[in-house]
Amino acid sequence: MSENAYANPGIRLRATHHHVDREDEVNLGFWVFLMSDAILFGTVFATYAIMVGATAGGPGPKQLFDIKSVVIQTAALLLSSFTYGMASLSLKHRNGHGRLIAWLVVTLLLALVFLGFEVHDFLAMFAAGGGPDRSGFTSAFFGLVPLHGLHVTTGCIWMVALIVQMARYGIDEDVMLGLQRLGLFWHFLDIVWIAIFSIVYLGGLA
Amino acid sequence: MNELGGHPNWHPHFPGGISGDGDGYRKDLHSHLWGLVLALTLTAVPFALVYWHAMTRSWLLLAIGIFALVQAMVHFRFFLDIHPPHRNVDQLLLVLFSAQILIMMAGGTVWILANLHSRMY
Repeated sequence: MSENAYANPGIRLRATHHHVDREDEVNLGFWVFLMSDAILFGTVFATYAIMVGATAGGPGPKQLFDIKSVVIQTAALLLSSFTYGMASLSLKHRNGHGRLIAWLVVTLLLALVFLGFEVHDFLAMFAAGGGPDRSGFTSAFFGLVPLHGLHVTTGCIWMVALIVQMARYGIDEDVMLGLQRLGLFWHFLDIVWIAIFSIVYLGGLA
Repeated sequence: MNELGGHPNWHPHFPGGISGDGDGYRKDLHSHLWGLVLALTLTAVPFALVYWHAMTRSWLLLAIGIFALVQAMVHFRFFLDIHPPHRNVDQLLLVLFSAQILIMMAGGTVWILANLHSRMY
């Protein structure tokens, strides 16, 4: 049996696998969750695609979306994916607690910028008469985009929990596995955001 | 050296024979920086095209779709460090099964409801 036979894709924390160890087991389990989450997002995207024209005489994408705000959100989330990657590298190459925590805090701040602008956009949509109860289009929009925002919020809570865990217990195996899985989750959310800004925002404004 | 590794099972060795700062770190850093530059470019171009309405709507939609797919691949390759020919059968089956369910559910929804929609007129 090749030693790579059970290796999951993603950044490896250890080189050698003599048996199916805990790292592979929990990572495969987390991949099952990510795939089920991808199916959830895919079906909500399908609903949005069906509903996008159903504005019922209310405001449509061109009246409700603010491309500048979406640019800022996209940049913040993309940079946060990069800074989380830097945190993973600090962990992988043992660059020290300080750098690891600094990159995580930067990631957290970028995520908060993203969420701040997103909530601001939602409030602006409410003010423009485009709340979720206005039409099939706005219902589908508020089913899809805040679902992603909720995922990002959950990721932020998880990140704070891991930072607290690190401060309390140091960087033990549990923290390392947690950071590895949060990394998968975080990059996954950025890929979902690519679909959202492409289909919902750019598709709506094109 | 081993300040992060408290657990005895955690070896400070990684693929490429890295332990601490060295070529491996620089290689990973370059990979992430390349990912960042490519992802920023692949994001900026479709936003610019839409902002300035550089082409007709159907061409814009096609361009947006292509840039999104390429960017997703860039994220997989440079940020998640996933390379296509990996040998994990469990993983491959999981991804293929999920993709199949996704295509059936999302594709089926769009197909059936678009068909119903066309009968409304």
